[in-house]
Amino acid sequence: MSTGNMNLTLKVWRQKNTKAKGGLVDYKLSEISPDMSFLEMFDVLNEQLISKGDEPVVFDHDCREGICGACSMYIDGRPHGPKDRVTTCQLHMRSFKDGDTIVVEPWRAKAFPVIKDLTVDRSAFDRVIAAGGFISVNTGNAQDANNLPIPKVQADSAFEAAACIGCGACVATCKNASAMLFVSAKISQLAQLPQGQPERYRRVQSMVAQMDAEGFGNCTNTGACEAECPKGISLENIARMNRDFYSAKFVSEEDI
Amino acid sequence: MASFGNAFSSSIGKKLIMGITGLFLISFLLVHCFINALIYVNDGGLTFNMGAHFMGTNWIIRAMEVVLFAGLLAHIIQGFRLVLQNQAARPVKYAVTNGAANSKWYSRSMGLLGTLLLIFLIVHINKFWVMSRFTGIPTTDANGNHDLFAVMVETFKDPLLVVLYVLAMVSLAYHLLHGFSSAFQTLGWNHKKYTPIIKSVGIWYSIIISLLFASMPIAMYLGLIK
Repeated sequence: MSTGNMNLTLKVWRQKNTKAKGGLVDYKLSEISPDMSFLEMFDVLNEQLISKGDEPVVFDHDCREGICGACSMYIDGRPHGPKDRVTTCQLHMRSFKDGDTIVVEPWRAKAFPVIKDLTVDRSAFDRVIAAGGFISVNTGNAQDANNLPIPKVQADSAFEAAACIGCGACVATCKNASAMLFVSAKISQLAQLPQGQPERYRRVQSMVAQMDAEGFGNCTNTGACEAECPKGISLENIARMNRDFYSAKFVSEEDI
Repeated sequence: MASFGNAFSSSIGKKLIMGITGLFLISFLLVHCFINALIYVNDGGLTFNMGAHFMGTNWIIRAMEVVLFAGLLAHIIQGFRLVLQNQAARPVKYAVTNGAANSKWYSRSMGLLGTLLLIFLIVHINKFWVMSRFTGIPTTDANGNHDLFAVMVETFKDPLLVVLYVLAMVSLAYHLLHGFSSAFQTLGWNHKKYTPIIKSVGIWYSIIISLLFASMPIAMYLGLIK
C-alpha cells in the first residue's frame, strides 16, 4: 500500500456520442492520493480538464457507496478494476502502484451502446425487468413478519440473488456479452419465495425472450460473470433459470 | 416445434442443444475408447477386430451410428452459430481484456478447440470409418473378421499422423474439461451436493479418455503392440 502521492497515466475511452468513432486518449495525473476512490481520481481529472477548457470525461455514478449499480468502468481489462467484490466507486487508488498506466473503457456490448465516453445505455436491463421481474399483487398493509413461513435457507438464497445491483459487470466481462447472470438473479429472487410462484413460469419465459430480443449473447458457462460480480451472484442462479425455463417450455401448457 | 414456442431458438434452448448433444458425444467416446482399448489385449488385434466386427454388424449400433452423426452435426452447426452470434453481441472489442483473471482459457476457447477437433475428425473419419463402411478393409484376420487392426498398424507408421492424433487428443482433453461440467450446468443440474462430484468426474473423464486415446497411436508407432 503506497502512502505518498501517486503519478499515473490514464488511457481513457473518449467518444462524442453513440454514432461517433471513439478512441483512447492519454492523460497524465500527478499528486493522486492513494486514499482516493477511483471515481474521485476521475473527479480530479475532470477538474483539470474543465480548468483547461476541455470537455470533462462523462461517466456514470450515483451513490458512491457500492450499492446503486451506476458506476461502470472497465479498468485494465476487468469490470470494476482489479479487486474482487467491489464496484468502481469502492475501488481505491491504493490498489494501484505509483507510475501505473491504467486503461479505462466503457462496458462493451451491442445491447449497451455507448452514450458518451464511459457512459453506456443500460436501459436494456430495465426492459428485461419490465418484461416480468415483478409480482402482480396489491400489497395492502404490511403483514406480520412471520405470516408466510419461508425456510431460512430459501430466504437466504433469494436474498443473495436479490443483492444484484444491475451494474452490468457480468455482461461487460462475459466474452459473449451474455446477460444471463443478471436475468437469472432477477428471476431467482422471486422464484424462491411464495409471492413469486403464481407468475413463476410466465416470468422466466418473458424475461428470457426480452433478454434475447435486446441482443445479448448466449451463455457458455465460462464463469467470468460470477468471478467479476461485485455482489458475488452465483452461477447456481443461471442453472435455476434454465430449470425454470425448461419447466415452462416443456411442462407448462402456456407458451409466452 | 410450434407447440414448444421458441424453446429451441432461445438463448437457453440453443445451449440445451449443445449440452445434450455434448453429453451424447461424451457417452459415445466412452464406447469408442473401450472398443479401441481392446488393442491392448495384444493378441495381434484378434479381440479388437471382434469388437469392430460387432460394432459394424449389430443393427442397434448401426442405427445409433445415424443418431451419432446427427448429434455430431447438430453440435458442430450449433457451435459455429453460437460463436458467430456471440461475436456479434460485442461489435466493438475491448482494447485490453484480462480474461485470465476470471475464467479458464479453455472455457473461453471452446470454438477454437472444437474447430481443431473438427479438422482432426475429417482426417480420422476419412482414414478409418470410410474404409470400414464403404471402400472395404483389404485383409481378414485368423478369425475371419475384417482386419481393422492391420489398418491401424499401417496408418500409425506415419509419424506425422501420430503427432496429429496426439495434438487432437490434447484439444479433446481441454474441450471436455470445460464441456463435461458445463453441459450439466446448462441442463440446470447445479447442486451443492452433486456439482463437486460432477466436476471431479469431468476432470478424470477428460484426462483418462484423452490419455488412453493418445496412447494408442504412440504405442503402435513404437511397436509396443503387435
